[in-house]
Amino acid sequence: MTTLTETPMLPPPGETRELQTREAINEALIQEMRRDETVIIMGEEIAGGAGREHLGIVDAWGGAFRTTRGLIQEFGNERVLDTPLSEAAFVGTAIGAASTGMRAVAELMFVDFIGVCMDQLLNNAAKMRYMFGGQVKVPFVMLTRIGAGFGSAAQHSESFYSLFSHIPGLKGVCPSDAYTAKGLLLAAIRDDDPVIFFEHKGLYGDTCPVPEEMYTLPLGKARTVRPGADLTIVGISKMTWVAVEAAEELAKEGINAEVIDLLSVSPIDYDHVLDSVRRTHRLLVVDEDTPVCSISSDICARVAEEAFDYLDAPPSRVTPPHTPVPYSRALENIYLPNAERVVNTARRLMA
Amino acid sequence: MELDRDTLLKLYRTMTTIRHFEERGVPETGQRGMSASVHSSVGQEAVPTGVCAHLSDDDYIGSTHRGHGHCIAKGVDPKLMMAELFGRSHGPNKGKGGSMHIADMSKGMLGTNGIVAGSVPLAVGAALTSKIRKLGRVAVAFFGDGGANQGVLHECMNLASVWKLPVIFCCENNGYAESTPVEYGLSVANVSDRAASYDMPGFHVDGMDVLAVFEAAGEAVSRARAGDGPALLEARTYRYYGHTVFDNPLTYRTKEEEDHWRARDPLLTFRNHMVAQGNVITAEELDQMDEEARVLMEEAVTFADASPLPEPHEIYEDVYADYPVEMMRRGANMPV
Repeated sequence: MTTLTETPMLPPPGETRELQTREAINEALIQEMRRDETVIIMGEEIAGGAGREHLGIVDAWGGAFRTTRGLIQEFGNERVLDTPLSEAAFVGTAIGAASTGMRAVAELMFVDFIGVCMDQLLNNAAKMRYMFGGQVKVPFVMLTRIGAGFGSAAQHSESFYSLFSHIPGLKGVCPSDAYTAKGLLLAAIRDDDPVIFFEHKGLYGDTCPVPEEMYTLPLGKARTVRPGADLTIVGISKMTWVAVEAAEELAKEGINAEVIDLLSVSPIDYDHVLDSVRRTHRLLVVDEDTPVCSISSDICARVAEEAFDYLDAPPSRVTPPHTPVPYSRALENIYLPNAERVVNTARRLMA
Repeated sequence: MELDRDTLLKLYRTMTTIRHFEERGVPETGQRGMSASVHSSVGQEAVPTGVCAHLSDDDYIGSTHRGHGHCIAKGVDPKLMMAELFGRSHGPNKGKGGSMHIADMSKGMLGTNGIVAGSVPLAVGAALTSKIRKLGRVAVAFFGDGGANQGVLHECMNLASVWKLPVIFCCENNGYAESTPVEYGLSVANVSDRAASYDMPGFHVDGMDVLAVFEAAGEAVSRARAGDGPALLEARTYRYYGHTVFDNPLTYRTKEEEDHWRARDPLLTFRNHMVAQGNVITAEELDQMDEEARVLMEEAVTFADASPLPEPHEIYEDVYADYPVEMMRRGANMPV
């Protein structure tokens, strides 16, 4: 197994295959469950068609987005647990299992469903270790989904990772491609703290080179995906690629933007951002989460507090508005940040 | 049910230890300025005692905000508990949890819990661990009549039944959810009636009679240990004091009602029973255990007061297994 902590967190040359993000997540789960028999996974439709083995039905769905396909066939229904539609019960149960010797993964189908089980994260997973004076570790991972752009309206489209970053005791990661998905998921499962793993629905089909061997990427570290000198653009999850698209557009105008892929939303790699901003003197955060009390506002505040004297323009953001996600394409297209909005905002900062 | 003398002695010792811990520890904690977070379980001693007598350190329990009795019955050291109540570093939680979060993983004690029905899924998770790893352990999820109406409890009873987990859902029905009488908030006559919805046995017992609790809990625990799945055990009991020390319960219940329940005091009931049984255990032996519990609490208060306060830097410790401290204090302009 390789730990690529000293690498720039880009796929190494050679020894890789092109994998979809969905496949990389699936591969990480399978490899880690083979390596460590204390790893269990539970959730809704993890296998699908549960309890109908006598009819020859196994793994009917393999996950609502096919990220858990094949697990039940290899690891059986003791370690791969389809649950009733009871998020509070199974998320809480996974936390209880994690605090008594398992490494428990629970899948919340969409982050919007967090309302019915937030108490388990807020008051149990996040606080047990502290309240108990360090007597317990909670190696729990919650896989969940974020992302608008699919006409799924307000209850299946949010990107509310900032809700979790606000809670001391939780960690959070937002992989941006297949490579980071595999490395961060393996790191998350092996971590002794509760980690929320945010899968963007719009990244599942994207491919990139992924090593077949197991590797972990460090939690809490950002990566630079495009070097530049004039402006720092921070992207999170899919917005990293919106930022890259905008940077390429800006390059045509002679503006050389550096793009940082944040990857972790708790802890946040402020220093990576600050190092860049101290060189470029300008900051633009592109975030699919809403703008009030968010990761984007937090990064701007941090940069204002710690790099005020370096700034040649106000720390700025491109985000959705402070509204729920609208259904109609006509509105959803306006809601989502896009390269055009990033380019326009960047031009203002450079003026 | 015929019980051997050692078991009887153990049951009484646990009850009187709980009683003395509450009667001494709650006001002592109040004198140290932290009474807001402390809930006395005086009157309810028979329930944790009768249930936990069937458990070993390897078994698990999840507890409630009124959980001192659960801790003691599960074997947590009262001296350490007192230190925890006083916010001292020798508490099992290093003074960071207090009354509502006392945990001792070495005793299978998954914590008292400040969220109503909050520890229920943790106990279910512990039962899942036991089942997957074939450990033969059981878990008990304690909750109150208030917790009986929490959604997560119902989800957990359904899940535990579907997965046939070795867990006992134990409702301590003390008649009041804060000031709200149980008959107002409960849609059925008894919490145990709800067992039918989840295809598990429901037991309804007199929670003032430790022998009745012991017998029913024994059956529920045996079933669970044998792999026959969960059970719901409701013990009807009474808390003598208010919800907290700030609560005067006579604003919502009568003196007559209190007197009625106090006349059925679990320690007194046990004592009378022993006498009626021809002094299997003598009054002198019971008196001796009471005195030992009193002395133990004297020692516990002395121990707790002598325990050091947590150091300022400990505020950052045990938030995570691994997380940069700098990220916890960054931007907060902390003094440490």
